[in-house]
Amino acid sequence: MILTLTTFLPLIGAVLIMAVRIVGGASAAGSASKGIALLASLATLGVSLVALSQFDPTVADYQLVDEAPWFGGSSYKLGVDGLAISLVVLTTALMPLCILQSMKSIEDRLAEYMVAFLVLETLMIGVFCALDLVLFYVFFEGGLIPMFLIIGVWGGKNRLYAAFKFFLYTLLGSLLLLAALVYMAIVAGTTDVVVLQEGLHPETGALLFPPEVQTWLWLAFFASFAVKLPMWPVHTWLPDAHVEAPTAGSVVLAAVLLKMGGYGFLRFSLPMFPEASMLFQPLMFGLSVVAIVYASLVAFRQTDIKKLVAYSSVAHMGFVTLGIFSFNEAGIQGAIFQMISHGVISGALFFCVGVIYDRMHTREIAFYGGLVHRMPVYAALFMLFSMANVGLPGTSGFVGEILTMVGAFQASTWAAAGAALGVILSAVYMLTLYRRTVFGEMTNQKLLDIKDVTPLEFCILGLLAVSAVGLGVFPGVVFGLTESSTSEVLRMIGR
Amino acid sequence: MNFLADINNALPEAILVAFGLVGLLVGAIGGDRISGLLRLVAAIALAAASAAAFVQFGRGETISAFASAELAPEGLYRVTLFTLFAKGVTYAMAAFALFMSSGFLKSAQMERYEYPLLIVFGSLGAGMMLSANDLMTLYVGIETLSLSSYVLAAFRRDSIKSAEAGLKYFVLGALASGLLLYGSALIYGFSGGTGYAAIAAAPTSVGLLFGLVFVICGLAFKASAAPFHIWTPDVYEGAPSPVVAFFSTAPKIAAVTLLAHVMFVAFGPHIASWQLIIAIIAALSMLIGAFGALMQNSIKRILAYSSISNVGFALIGIAAGAEAGAAAVLVYMTLYVIATLGMFGGVLALRRGGKSIDAVSDLNGLVKSKPGMALGLLILIFSVAGIPPAAGFWGKLQVFTAGIEADMLWLVLVGALASVVSLGYYLRLVWAMFMKPAGEPLDRTDVSVAATVAISALIVFPILTVAIQMLLSATALAAGG
Repeated sequence: MILTLTTFLPLIGAVLIMAVRIVGGASAAGSASKGIALLASLATLGVSLVALSQFDPTVADYQLVDEAPWFGGSSYKLGVDGLAISLVVLTTALMPLCILQSMKSIEDRLAEYMVAFLVLETLMIGVFCALDLVLFYVFFEGGLIPMFLIIGVWGGKNRLYAAFKFFLYTLLGSLLLLAALVYMAIVAGTTDVVVLQEGLHPETGALLFPPEVQTWLWLAFFASFAVKLPMWPVHTWLPDAHVEAPTAGSVVLAAVLLKMGGYGFLRFSLPMFPEASMLFQPLMFGLSVVAIVYASLVAFRQTDIKKLVAYSSVAHMGFVTLGIFSFNEAGIQGAIFQMISHGVISGALFFCVGVIYDRMHTREIAFYGGLVHRMPVYAALFMLFSMANVGLPGTSGFVGEILTMVGAFQASTWAAAGAALGVILSAVYMLTLYRRTVFGEMTNQKLLDIKDVTPLEFCILGLLAVSAVGLGVFPGVVFGLTESSTSEVLRMIGR
Repeated sequence: MNFLADINNALPEAILVAFGLVGLLVGAIGGDRISGLLRLVAAIALAAASAAAFVQFGRGETISAFASAELAPEGLYRVTLFTLFAKGVTYAMAAFALFMSSGFLKSAQMERYEYPLLIVFGSLGAGMMLSANDLMTLYVGIETLSLSSYVLAAFRRDSIKSAEAGLKYFVLGALASGLLLYGSALIYGFSGGTGYAAIAAAPTSVGLLFGLVFVICGLAFKASAAPFHIWTPDVYEGAPSPVVAFFSTAPKIAAVTLLAHVMFVAFGPHIASWQLIIAIIAALSMLIGAFGALMQNSIKRILAYSSISNVGFALIGIAAGAEAGAAAVLVYMTLYVIATLGMFGGVLALRRGGKSIDAVSDLNGLVKSKPGMALGLLILIFSVAGIPPAAGFWGKLQVFTAGIEADMLWLVLVGALASVVSLGYYLRLVWAMFMKPAGEPLDRTDVSVAATVAISALIVFPILTVAIQMLLSATALAAGG
């Protein structure tokens, strides 16, 4: 029951807010929604931590399974392994921070905003917990609706374009996934992830998907996950969506939604289509390296801080795919770690951008400069996250990058070499950004009375800083959780 | 011939005939003053007919009636579980469409006693054609529905657009009826009978195929499938709003399920001849419906194209053949008409200064002025678009499954493409409602409209999303019977 509770607790909060909105009107709901949303997200965090404590990392099977028959060969089935539970906790831990941040920075239609956010949380947790393909698809695609509203209603100037692009890009990928899913359901007679991962027909024991079929199915899943991750060249929706989304929307987008792509590869593509995954390894390596190098170069040329961070996300996601398709323990452990670490760091960077955006209402790099003179605390925190994003040893970014590169090196020297180039480039654009915004003389008169971080902002960023450094120093916390799921994935692809 | 037993077997239609005839008499005496009462009683009669159909469905038997040893040994009238289910939904939709129309009729001064009677006779025709077991009965049913529809489209006598809609519908509809009749004649000539059983038993011949193509054309016109869809946007735009809400629900599901029924039962053995035709019609409908609406500004025209596109999706199920597709067609159309009723009805019932809104921009800022309505419409729009967790997704899943099972992956991929394109205009509606600043205030919503929107929104999400098993097993039963 605990996973069902974790998944649907935010939804209960959303329904409560809606009830207050209908009974009490807009103004009453606005103030009540803050308390309800925070409470709901904190309760969800609490429940997910209880789930974490009940989870036994030494067992490779899916645990805490909730199952009920649904229709046809599909069932309502939730369950987690180490990979899923760590992403669930990442989600539930970030959510209260997002809600705290939004209370201050969202002025218009706060109650509706909180409803959209809580619904989104339910759908995100559901994606990571679902152990049935149809159920997974429902959560996966359902998440588009609240995110569309968050970007479209509370976004920036060009939000129409960004929201439509986000929705249509992702939908096209998902529909190919749907077609593949339907085929798999017909062949296997079930959509149970565990059965499909074993790849054998539940009754006859025959091989479900011969290699040539796997190729097509793999491509359909790839279309969906590559857009979501996003991989070059289907990444172009991401910078637009990030730039236009409100701060908390960007945080969730970068920290959680992008992880669905990597999660999808690990949970579905690799175990279900091992031969096809092997076949496409060169393609994935190529795309990953291009993403890392190209996105880094593009990031360097950006004039908008959020766009720069968005492109850096594309580059960092390149490391994730690189690690996953190395098919060895270091690579996959590194990819999972990189996903968690990127969730913390990119989330923190978007919060950092939000701090100065809330004060100045612009994200132009050229507008800023010399912030260190007025905002020393902010400068220090921003420094820490920039360094973590570059992958400085001692921060979580380092662990993920080094492991994925070690893994990739065992599989392909060239890919690892290309990725290493990306590490250098990431230092180039991050340090340039930092220098241009924080250091130097304060030339812009409008910046003279900018205030340093408020206690609330300090708490949010401080917590994230502790996690970024903590994960960098004690990466074993995550590895302990994900070790058995990594070896499960490796077992299923036969390595 | 046991006449009373036959009447009892055709109970849903008998209820409607009885009410229609008595209503005509009462209306002729009472005049327009009692139109409100007649509307109420008509809605109740339709609900009773729907209930009767579902009771027969619950008994789970195939019913034959009006048989004659020489002319029609199988019966002119024969309902299977498949058609019973379709009839039940059709009548229920008509009842709701009538229920929600009162506010509009009052404000447009259209409170005539003929209105509810025409809806009842139209629904009767829809039920008749579904119950037909013979091309002759089929034709009589279709014409009963069509003639009522022509008058309904032109019901707003003082509006040029409404008159134009009625005339257009009549001229084109008459042509389609002619095609259907011509096709029936050819089929009779080459198979030696007009009964479905005789047609199914006849060997496939060129003449039969010609007849088949004509019949498909005629039926596709009624279902507004491309390339016989041209009338739809014009008629929807010109006809009064509650009439559009009726057109897009009850006759729609009746026409599509009728096409499925005729193809599966009468032409079932000839499937190799028509499968590709239906598949192409499906693909064209999906694409034309999706692309056609992108540049429209009138809500009614957008909804018309949306219905063309959705009929295309349902046709995937027909193209897949009876075994794979029958249940899928029923699921798809049931979920579609439930969501459409709320969506069309809700949007079209919005009025500003007594006049129905029509441009997309009239929806601007709806979430501020009517948050409940906006939320309901959001759910319904995403259901019609087939996005989970709204129930419309299950319909899409079912037809895609049927398509892939029948080895028509290309059709499913066309459907996927059309879904993405059509999201372009569904999202525009959402965009207007949620993200644009509000315009002039809208009039109060009628209670009946609000109730219909709320009920249909609750059905498509969350009720059916959780309890989809019930609908699927009912339709699977229907497809088997």
